[in-house]
Amino acid sequence: MSKLVAFAVIQGGYKVVSTVEGELRNALESYSADTKIGFGNTAYYLPVIYSLTGMKCETLEDLKKPMEFARGLLPPHVKNKHHLPYLGPLLDAGMAALFAYEISEAIRILREPDFYTFTEEPDIDAGKIWVGPADDIILRKRGVEFVDGSAPGFAAMVGAAPNAQIAKKLVEEYQKRSLYIFCAAHHNGTSVAEQCLEAGMQIGWNTRIVPFGPDISSAIFALGFANRAAMAFGGVKPGDYKKILLYNKDRIFAFVNALGDVGTEWAVAAAGCVSWGFPTLADTDIPEILPTGICTYEHVVANVSPDEMCEKSIEIRGLKVSVTEIDIPCAFGPAFEGERVRGEDLYCQTGGGKTQCTELCKMAEMNEIEDGKVQVIGPDIPDMKPGDRFYLGIYVQVAGREFQTDFEPILERQIHHLTNYIQYIMHIGQRDISWVRVSKAAVEKGFTLKDIGVVIHAKFHQDFKKIVDKVQVTLYTNKEDVEKLTKRARAEYKLRDDRVENMRDEDVDTFYSCTLCQSFAPSHVCTVSPERTGLCGAYNWMDCKASFEINPTGPNQPVKIGECLDPVLGQWKGVNEFVTKASRGTTTHYNFYSMVYDPMTTCGCCECIAAMLPGCNGVMTVGRDYNGDTPCGMKFTTLAGVMGGGASSPGFVGHSKFNITQGKFIKGDGGLLRMVWMPKILKEEIKDRIMKRAAALGVPDLYDKIADETVGTTEEEILPFLQKVGHPALSMDPIVG
Amino acid sequence: MAEEKITKAADTEKAAKLADPVEASMDIATQEMIERSHKLGIDTVFDRAVSMKPCNIGVQGICCKNCAMGPCRLPLPKGGIQGEDTRKGLCGASPNTIAARNFIRMIAGGAAAHSDHGRSVAEVFMAAARKESDAYKIKDTVKLLAVAPHLGVATKVEVDGEEKDRDIDEIALEVAEKALNEWGKAEGELLYLKRAPEALYEKWKKQGVLPRNIDREIVEIMHRTHMGVDQDYRNLIKQGTRAALADGWGGSMLATDLQDILFGTPSPLQSEANLGIMKEDHVNIIVHGHEPVLSEMIVAVSQKPEIIEYAKSKGAKGIQLGGICCTANEILQRHGVPPAGTFLQQELVIITGACDAMVVDIQCVFQNLANVAKCFHTKLITTHPIAKMEQDNVIHIEFDEHYALQDAEKIVRMAIDNFSNRGTEVMIPKYKATQIAGFGVESIEYHLGGMFRGSYYTLNDNIINGRIRGVAGVVGCNNARTRHNEAHITVVKELIKNDVLVLTTGCNGIACAMEGLLTPESAAVYCGPGLAEVCETVGIPPVLHLGSCVDNSRILLAATEVVKAGGLGKDICDLPVAGSAPEWMSEKAISIGQYVVASGIYTVFGVTLPTSGAPVFENYITKELEKLYGGMWDIEPDPIKHAHLMIAHIDKKRKELGIDKARERVMMSMADRQALGL
Repeated sequence: MSKLVAFAVIQGGYKVVSTVEGELRNALESYSADTKIGFGNTAYYLPVIYSLTGMKCETLEDLKKPMEFARGLLPPHVKNKHHLPYLGPLLDAGMAALFAYEISEAIRILREPDFYTFTEEPDIDAGKIWVGPADDIILRKRGVEFVDGSAPGFAAMVGAAPNAQIAKKLVEEYQKRSLYIFCAAHHNGTSVAEQCLEAGMQIGWNTRIVPFGPDISSAIFALGFANRAAMAFGGVKPGDYKKILLYNKDRIFAFVNALGDVGTEWAVAAAGCVSWGFPTLADTDIPEILPTGICTYEHVVANVSPDEMCEKSIEIRGLKVSVTEIDIPCAFGPAFEGERVRGEDLYCQTGGGKTQCTELCKMAEMNEIEDGKVQVIGPDIPDMKPGDRFYLGIYVQVAGREFQTDFEPILERQIHHLTNYIQYIMHIGQRDISWVRVSKAAVEKGFTLKDIGVVIHAKFHQDFKKIVDKVQVTLYTNKEDVEKLTKRARAEYKLRDDRVENMRDEDVDTFYSCTLCQSFAPSHVCTVSPERTGLCGAYNWMDCKASFEINPTGPNQPVKIGECLDPVLGQWKGVNEFVTKASRGTTTHYNFYSMVYDPMTTCGCCECIAAMLPGCNGVMTVGRDYNGDTPCGMKFTTLAGVMGGGASSPGFVGHSKFNITQGKFIKGDGGLLRMVWMPKILKEEIKDRIMKRAAALGVPDLYDKIADETVGTTEEEILPFLQKVGHPALSMDPIVG
Repeated sequence: MAEEKITKAADTEKAAKLADPVEASMDIATQEMIERSHKLGIDTVFDRAVSMKPCNIGVQGICCKNCAMGPCRLPLPKGGIQGEDTRKGLCGASPNTIAARNFIRMIAGGAAAHSDHGRSVAEVFMAAARKESDAYKIKDTVKLLAVAPHLGVATKVEVDGEEKDRDIDEIALEVAEKALNEWGKAEGELLYLKRAPEALYEKWKKQGVLPRNIDREIVEIMHRTHMGVDQDYRNLIKQGTRAALADGWGGSMLATDLQDILFGTPSPLQSEANLGIMKEDHVNIIVHGHEPVLSEMIVAVSQKPEIIEYAKSKGAKGIQLGGICCTANEILQRHGVPPAGTFLQQELVIITGACDAMVVDIQCVFQNLANVAKCFHTKLITTHPIAKMEQDNVIHIEFDEHYALQDAEKIVRMAIDNFSNRGTEVMIPKYKATQIAGFGVESIEYHLGGMFRGSYYTLNDNIINGRIRGVAGVVGCNNARTRHNEAHITVVKELIKNDVLVLTTGCNGIACAMEGLLTPESAAVYCGPGLAEVCETVGIPPVLHLGSCVDNSRILLAATEVVKAGGLGKDICDLPVAGSAPEWMSEKAISIGQYVVASGIYTVFGVTLPTSGAPVFENYITKELEKLYGGMWDIEPDPIKHAHLMIAHIDKKRKELGIDKARERVMMSMADRQALGL
């Protein structure tokens, strides 16, 4: 009976709003009204309130307005007989409660600044299991997974399963399907997050089990994450509530699992989620709402047993996810990628500087190899003792009618995450600096090295079926075999690097489009050239080429560049035509090599954003993992907020880290020699490449001339430094002509 | 004294036949009052319908009295037309010409009625915009801002390069000017036509039926139907279409919009209906007719504490307002004032003996009210300069919008003063039903998703998934030639039983309310499982009351919103919807029917249509019009068959849309999401 739901929800709305009004009154009595409040490092204020109403809450005083707004949304109670329509009112009540919950969380953070860790991982040892709202760094890092589809959605799990083992089983079902699990609220004195810990699972953003908080109000962080994704990647403007909510309905596949007694406070939160298109499935007997409309399919489904909860949730949300069923003893999926094998869990390991661990993928003739043959030459796990270090050489041979040697590195790079996807196994690095750690839990499950080969064989066939016909994997564990393979591999790496390094935009007549993130940033169109890798850092020209070969109708399409309209700024007729079409006319042209004049569009998933510093006659760039101030006056997250969503903003451009040292990096504006400021973390990460590129440009000491935050974070602060070291940008032509 | 009059009345009409109350109406309150009228010897419309049969030639639509050489009557031969149809008038006018001329003259009458009503409202609106009236104010500024762009009135202004909100008074004044201009502008076309789905507008353009202004199309009908002008039924109905569109998408729509701005856009509220709403111990004032301009003031005045005190000083416990016809619907939608009955119950209200004043404005007012009122203490007050009555006992208090509150107060005080004149003959039937009314385009949108997600898409989605089979607009009058309310109720019940959501206006709305169909609880009792489930989810009745007969424009706009929400085609004629007027009687119904048909909706009329004497013309409007506009007329007096014709049409549209089969659950992969585009 929907009427009962309406009754409960509206009652819950009054209860929640009144309670939080009290909390706010008390807070205003104990703190001065101008006390700063907020959710940590974010440019989105209190994100649900900001995204839906445009209200920017920075102080306690600022909370009054949304509080009044929430009160104003509360509808009259539902009469028992001859009632008025209640669907609209109940959804409004849900929204009122969610605004109140967000205010309540802001007050909690003000009163108990250490309540949440604000990190990716909880601090279990310190007893702090709640991470609280994700900051913008986490948002961008994880948001990208929603963009590229490696995370198809999230399950907001409130309450607790009947016991820890049931919770574990259900959570693992979601992990296998690569969904995030956002946990909030208690039931019977525990919660899904605590049950996961009890069952020995690792929780945190890395394993996709996010312990947001202990109360139902903490569920607001899940919605805040979703709405920030809409703003950061979808370019939806704050205050455009209808668009934000529809964006969520159409593109963010989330749902609520209510585990335990659904009281009015849960009911009102669930009602609020309906406006996002997120349905609720409960394991208890609550009134159902089956007709569709606000959500894609059913709105509330009751009496779902834990066994069918996962399948049913996905079905009701209308989400298609493929579970990779691979015949190995451990679970497998992207959700296990971030899981670590810590010292006390370690059984044995290879690589990591102590022993050699090398990976090589090579093309083979069709008749040369046998598909599905996976061999371990040398000792395998059962032959090892706890604490052993072993040698490992993973040699993958691939044959296929469409296969080219250019694809070898692309497939080889998969070995890292594919191995990492195996539950209880950790993989770090690549090529000849790999490191594999096998946990005790894996060994207990019966894991052997052969399973790595099984995974590679299965996944190569699955993900690359267009170019792969046969895959044979050999795992060497004898020292001499590994050393032999390593020697051969190193020669291969050099050959490949030279080939890629030497590739020039002028050498090709085709670039590749990348509309992978159009699912999130509908008007953004990336074009990738050999010397301008995708701004997300994930795709270079060769990857796009391979991706097109693998999936000819996919997100990477060849773009015949045609007539060159401007060789200095990098503009081609064919590219313009393509961009106009793919952006539905939003963008008609852009330059590859300039950030000053009509730069390429930027989406929220870029690795770095460069900004012009006219006072220094140069440019700066900042990566998404640096959250401090920058000389352009904006933090990364503000920059991304301003430019993300597919805008071309003169004076700014998004780019990948790798692109900084590529030959065509803002070449039209003067190139790398314009770089006057970078955050230390980024600078150090690509130090070797900067040195190399700078040397090629004839300024071998450029690295030391680039300022960082230790020098200053304003133009005024860094200019004297630049003058002192004689930065080349100062003597270049004015950056704006 | 009353008794003396009653005997006199009985003497003069002793030969008249009397109606059987049960055969005359399905409503028990009505039956009781008919019985009482017989006891008192007062004749009502029910009795007159028994004693006087309709003209057998007029009913076929082929009596031409447009010149003094006639009237020429061309009835169908007994055995039907054998071979060539050689019937013609003195001038040679064919049955098709005569029927078409008569038909579009009815359209002219109906369109004139709605549109002149609209003009009155526009004039009051102008007075309010000019601040010439204390009584009328721009009440609903949200609606004003929503309407303004459709009349080409800017709501933003640029000040020093910055866009700012324009002054609301300025907007109101320009809206008033633009609106009034629609009746008689010299060039261009009606501004509201562009509110229709683009495909529909283009269709009208192609057919050459875009109205130029409201008055001109009506005048042109009178010209074309004059002796010896337009003598092609196709060309005649084309002009009928143009005038009807000027009603639906012009005069009526402006009336609705401007009334909403002046008096508030309706939102769902609870009320009651039927004669039982009258109270023996209260001063009962019944407003009747169609315009809310005066009745709004009567509502305001009768709520004033000093007026209530005055009523009490006269021995009453308070003031009970009630309504008949669309004046009732107007104040029901905005204030919850209960309707006392439908069109056919107007005389019965007085026969209760408890009606202290009946205040009438325009349209659908029986002249016999004066005769009935003569038998009781009831003051019958006419208020409109264009609507007076010849009988002596009728009081005329001409209503002037500049002195609105004073006029209204005068009327209310007159009713209060009359309370003590009641005789002992008060008998109010006990019957009344609760209703939830007050729906409109805006409130439906809100209730389909709340402030944040309100959208017609919710409705569309449930049409697509088959829970709702389709939507029907069931509207219109009562007709004493059929059993009161029976066709209304039977058609509506049959539709909702088959999962068709019903939108209602006019006397159909009152009839449904009296039957309890406008309560959310009725969904579980009368609806098919799909519709019942949706009603339960949204908390709505299966029949949504959208207001008066000018508010049929709300149905046009609701249909447009459904088109815009997506998933059900590009034009109104693509939608699984149908229209119906089971008990129609007025010319306004013909005008409504024609604009609804020309807007792409299949529309079935009960009773009969005055076209049967001209089979070719009848075939043209019931079949050929579909090719031009996507909608066409149909005629079916049997209410069950009537409903099933509508359902069959809805099913045909479902099939054309490809939603006649169960919808598959689409599971979205990442690639599907990428394909969503912008």
